[in-house]
Amino acid sequence: MKDNSLFNKLSSRLDELSNLPKLDDEVSISKLIEEKGFSRREFMGWAGAMTSMLMLPASFTPLVAKAAEMADRLPLVWLHMAECTGCSESLLRSATPSIDSLIFDYISLEYHETIMAAAGWQAEQNLEHAIEKYKGRYILMVEGGIPHGQSDYFLTLGAHARTGEEIAVNASEHAAAIFAIGTCSSFGGVQAAAPNPTNATALSNVISKPVINVPGCPPSESNIVGTLLHFILYGTLPALDVYNRPKWAYGLRIHDACERRGRFDAGEFVQQFGDDGAKNGYCLYKVGCKGPYTFNNCSKQKFNQGTSWPVQAGHGCMGCSEPDFWDAMGIVHEPLGNRLYHTAFGGMGSDATADKIGRGILTVTAIGIAAHALISVIKKPKD
Amino acid sequence: MSKRVIVDPITRIEGHLRVEVIVGDDGVVEDAFASSTLWRGLEVIAKGRDPRNIPLMMQRICGVCTYSHYLKSTMAVEDALGIKIPYNAELVRTLMNAALFIHDHPVHFYHLHGVDWVDIVSALSADEKKASELAFKYTDNPIGTGENELKKVKETIAKFAKNPQGLGPFANAYWGHKTFRFTPEQNLIALSHYLKALEMQRTAAQLMAIFGGKQPHPQSLAIGGVTCVMDILNPARMGEYLVKFQAMADFINNAYYADIVMAVEMYKTEPSVMKPMGVKNFMAHKEFMIGRNEYLFDSGIIKDGDLSKVFDIDEDMITEEATHSWYKNDNPLHPYKGETEPNYTGFVDGETVGPDGKMVKTKQIDETKKYSWIKSPRYNGEPMEVGPLASILVSYVRGNKKVQAVVGEFLAKTGVPASALLSTLGRTGARMLQAKLIADNALVAFNNLIENLKVDQETCATYTIDKDKEYHGRGIGDVPRGMLSHWIRIKNGVVENYQAVVPSTWNAGPMDSSGVKGPYEADLIGLKIEDLTQPLEIIRIIHSYDPCIACAVHVMDTKGKTLSEYKVNPLYGGCSI
Repeated sequence: MKDNSLFNKLSSRLDELSNLPKLDDEVSISKLIEEKGFSRREFMGWAGAMTSMLMLPASFTPLVAKAAEMADRLPLVWLHMAECTGCSESLLRSATPSIDSLIFDYISLEYHETIMAAAGWQAEQNLEHAIEKYKGRYILMVEGGIPHGQSDYFLTLGAHARTGEEIAVNASEHAAAIFAIGTCSSFGGVQAAAPNPTNATALSNVISKPVINVPGCPPSESNIVGTLLHFILYGTLPALDVYNRPKWAYGLRIHDACERRGRFDAGEFVQQFGDDGAKNGYCLYKVGCKGPYTFNNCSKQKFNQGTSWPVQAGHGCMGCSEPDFWDAMGIVHEPLGNRLYHTAFGGMGSDATADKIGRGILTVTAIGIAAHALISVIKKPKD
Repeated sequence: MSKRVIVDPITRIEGHLRVEVIVGDDGVVEDAFASSTLWRGLEVIAKGRDPRNIPLMMQRICGVCTYSHYLKSTMAVEDALGIKIPYNAELVRTLMNAALFIHDHPVHFYHLHGVDWVDIVSALSADEKKASELAFKYTDNPIGTGENELKKVKETIAKFAKNPQGLGPFANAYWGHKTFRFTPEQNLIALSHYLKALEMQRTAAQLMAIFGGKQPHPQSLAIGGVTCVMDILNPARMGEYLVKFQAMADFINNAYYADIVMAVEMYKTEPSVMKPMGVKNFMAHKEFMIGRNEYLFDSGIIKDGDLSKVFDIDEDMITEEATHSWYKNDNPLHPYKGETEPNYTGFVDGETVGPDGKMVKTKQIDETKKYSWIKSPRYNGEPMEVGPLASILVSYVRGNKKVQAVVGEFLAKTGVPASALLSTLGRTGARMLQAKLIADNALVAFNNLIENLKVDQETCATYTIDKDKEYHGRGIGDVPRGMLSHWIRIKNGVVENYQAVVPSTWNAGPMDSSGVKGPYEADLIGLKIEDLTQPLEIIRIIHSYDPCIACAVHVMDTKGKTLSEYKVNPLYGGCSI
């Protein structure tokens, strides 16, 4: 049976991991959970939620719990490239007291410029030591696009003024797994938008090892934690879509699980911000929502401990987890069809764009949506 | 012989920053240079785009002050198009701004700046009972300092400390440094608040998300107003804001305030944080509309530390130059006339103080030439400090009653004169005072919103962009790191030119053509460094400005645009903040 073979595979992976040395013999995560005032039951509840988020069968819950307990085998190195620190801030939003943050307390954060106490030489030493000591065992997370090739000088670091690209390449060589956190390191991001004056590019374009992309501007902390757990469980890349995004997080369109989907189906649209439709939670498609073209789990996971997400706040999705979204998603407050300036696709029109964005992943429904975009543009009253 | 010391990376900031100092045999800094080592060029990217897309794009300048650029950029577009936004939208924006400030300032003090003041290792030897009692000295209602709580905090850190490799993010810092002044008990109190603040900042971020959809990078502004009309018409949602705001205000008043009072008590005799400032000019802009024509903070300029006078800002006096910045044209130009192309000249080989105190070969800047991605902004040819200290001083000298009361109370409580504010310690203290003023007053805007919603539910103005017309305008105000302005020109319905003059540019810029230094560099000169391999004194001064370097360096004008015909809109002063 398929399930069984997967189950067995993951079990043996975890057995393997449990033979690896821990970072600190004195503490275990189960002890830590106890100390932080969680019961085993709460922990298993969380593991169940993560299991379903990772789209695994319920019988895998104990494995997810076990994987979380294996987190103490994982030193973490986090690099900042050309970025705004928003992804780091998102990481800090991980809720306390929650298991998510517990795991981040528990993972040995060896290098993270925004948080670490050391600076200058001492900071550089911490990075070198981590790479040396945990050779082949540390997780590398990179935030930010990378000025590349002839333009690499747009970012330098440390007393030796090494380029960001050089540091990223060096840190990736001995990493056990590499994650591009956020749209900038996944796809180049805002600095790579046309005309890309610094030749900024994705992490995957500057190193020769496989990279798992966790895009979003910024991505939610549950997507980061989930990615990590998935790695612990499988020890290999998770199932990825064409843009190397984990399918369990980026497999569904925003539109598919949107709380305003019923309004879309009923043809009830906000015509302009602040109108009666806006007050009544109508669909935001006509004021520019890019949910139909965007693959992410925001509509299910939300942000800031479930406080809200853009569509709930009455603003459409801007498509921030899609490649080149700054260039490809058109005008933020208009449907995709009505584009004013050049885009990555040479201005070929909305259906061409939608087709390109959804390359290989959009379902038949998307064609309907692209058609809808056209109709909506035709119908739009001239203002 | 003088030696050169490089600190790169300066950690616990936003962005990439290098500091180089030249130190004499007596350990005193003779000269200092600040260099930003990243450039992204967002204004170049803005050109030719639909103006409606710009605010979200400019927001990506910074994920820490995540709402600042979004708001000022939106205001710039609205100013250009002549839009007056509804009163409700003004007030909601104020509430979102309040959420940003009361998130950003405590996070800066505890998580970015905190370990410059607090020796975590020293906290291990604290007596938690004594510490618990001591906490009452600084506030009547201490937070997180019960004996049991402090015991737990101590145990958490003890576990870390047992294994030198287990210190994780706290590893290899300047623990035990001579200029740490807190007693073990005081360190333990502050450490407990460091951990508590990690939890509280999530609450403050939720405050932003209530109206903003998420934090970082809220997404609920539109040109003309706000989109979160459902949230503000939902009483449960408003209640959520109120309760979370009050929790955060309590933390600011009884932990943040108390810790700063404690810091003043212990550090007011520490020369490295009390030495005279290098630049004594301050500039701030009015901010926080809490009612009709009622702002919490005022506009103005203070010159040469003279707290008896305050001058109005004349925006024509603002220039930026690039003598020592990695751009082609060196000349001082008004933001609207700027022309800049990257001109990277890189570093030169040199010998500097290595990690063990011996001289090592490194790359160093050539201070006779260009050495930073940050430009040098000047007001009437002079450098200005911007930030919470500037805002507090300007409002104080303007006679702002709320600010005068809070500053007066603080000075009385700490027993220091107003002149003590003009220091590194004062800068760190003023940030807290600004947070307190917002925590104490922002709910005036909340109440005014509730009142106004009874008679008016407008949240977003309508507008059109005429492709045959040209527009220009800007958004200006004080954000957590100081005065920020975004300037836009629109032609053919797209962005013709975009400029942002950013707080950290004012503070972190390199020398100008006359060799006059900006606040960071000037402040380091004369500083005594105890141990050249542990330059904590440098880090502490730089952190007191709350550097946001990605903000500072993105600035770049489009090539060769002459925009001299631009006139500052005289009505602007009375328009939307």
